[in-house]
Amino acid sequence: MSHNKVKKLLKKNGLRLDDRKLDELRSIKIEIGVIEKASGSAYIEWGKNKIMAAIYGPREVHPRRLSLTNKALVRCRYHMTPFSTEDRKRPAPSRREVELSKVIATAVEPIIFTELYPRTGIDIFIEVLESDGGTRCAALTVTSLALADAGIPLKDLVAACAAGKIDGQIVLDMNGIEDQIGEADLPIAITPRNKEITLLQMDGILTQEEFKKALNLAIEGCKKIYDIQKEALRSKYTIVKEETEKIKEEE
Amino acid sequence: MQYLVEKRQLVIPGELLAEGDYKSGKNTYQEENRVYSSLIGLANHIGKNVFVVAIKTGYMPIVGDLVIGKVIDMKLSGWIIDINAPYSAILFTSDAFDRSFNARKDEMSDFLKVGDLIFAKVNAFDRTRDPILTIRDQGLGKVNRGRVIKITSTKIPRLIGRKGSMVNMVKRETGCQITIGQNGIVLVSGKNPELEALAILAIRTIEKDAHTLGLTDKISKLLKREERKEIKQ
Repeated sequence: MSHNKVKKLLKKNGLRLDDRKLDELRSIKIEIGVIEKASGSAYIEWGKNKIMAAIYGPREVHPRRLSLTNKALVRCRYHMTPFSTEDRKRPAPSRREVELSKVIATAVEPIIFTELYPRTGIDIFIEVLESDGGTRCAALTVTSLALADAGIPLKDLVAACAAGKIDGQIVLDMNGIEDQIGEADLPIAITPRNKEITLLQMDGILTQEEFKKALNLAIEGCKKIYDIQKEALRSKYTIVKEETEKIKEEE
Repeated sequence: MQYLVEKRQLVIPGELLAEGDYKSGKNTYQEENRVYSSLIGLANHIGKNVFVVAIKTGYMPIVGDLVIGKVIDMKLSGWIIDINAPYSAILFTSDAFDRSFNARKDEMSDFLKVGDLIFAKVNAFDRTRDPILTIRDQGLGKVNRGRVIKITSTKIPRLIGRKGSMVNMVKRETGCQITIGQNGIVLVSGKNPELEALAILAIRTIEKDAHTLGLTDKISKLLKREERKEIKQ
């Protein structure tokens, strides 16, 4: 693979391979309400990642015995399309995909008022169309927007972002190459309003100081992500709001 | 003590609406003395009561709602009805038959089969049990003819209009009978398929342009223009 030839992840001028600064995010583009038949949906382009999320529900749970008597069941299926990676990925769910499905479901559950919909299920489907490092963060970010679009009562949104270590430096939002040959990766997700961490995973080795530094950097990244999320939600619905205002005036 | 957003401002989940001595109303929640929004919608307050008017939500049954549902299963005690909500509803056999139902003599499918549509009222519902429907009221019961269309349940008030002005106009212009279920299902039945198609076109336009200016005039013009076309043909 071509990646093995790359040894240095930082250029001489201190920038990364894609000309980003150490604490710079990749470009992010979000669209809301892309799947008509779903209760709610959203699409994100985060650097080279392209991810689509769809929400179905609250609806009846099948099989019935899985339903919970006191709250809604949140289920998630994270799936990478066969053409999303450099080499073809076999379409059957891999160990990694099963893990990410579980981790994403538990990371978004705290923001949903599940107790309002007992005995029902909320199904999340995430399809990765193109991947380039940090898909779990992008998937979580887009999932919380799709939940908001579905009209499901939420306490807050979830913003996710990763930090890591490359060439001895702590950096924000690692891409595919940095993730593969970098020294450490620390994806986190927070509820921005009260700064609760709903996801924290780590791959690689960091000292305690490095960990603290990376965690703080990732939290800063999440805040930037949150601003982008708010902007995306507002811009979709502002038009609707302006038009309703006109109607009120007319009446 | 402070109300933080403007009246009718667009808010998103988790946005702080008011702080201090305020009450958390519809689509909001409270943490200590702060009120937050839980949905995308337009924030508003009447006195101390802070609430959010949702832009898009699913249908949640309320006792007394008139709904249109589809029979999806038959059980000994009654029919299971899909009412476009998180829970499927039940219509008891005792409700459908005037006399007491006898499983040996009476055949349930003589009255309603799987796939049939009914216009019914939500008789009882709380989240611990599935909604119970009744057809014992005037105008309720099996739907025998007409076409069914599904629209977003939040747009039902716009379709009805002020004191039914919008839907009455469509009825008058097309001569169709229009039955609106609070769950977002609308039934249209007219004298001929052309008039039904016209009414459906009008309803679809109302759904699509629910937020635009001068909708009543627009629909009125649309209906008259289409009718003239028909006469020419």
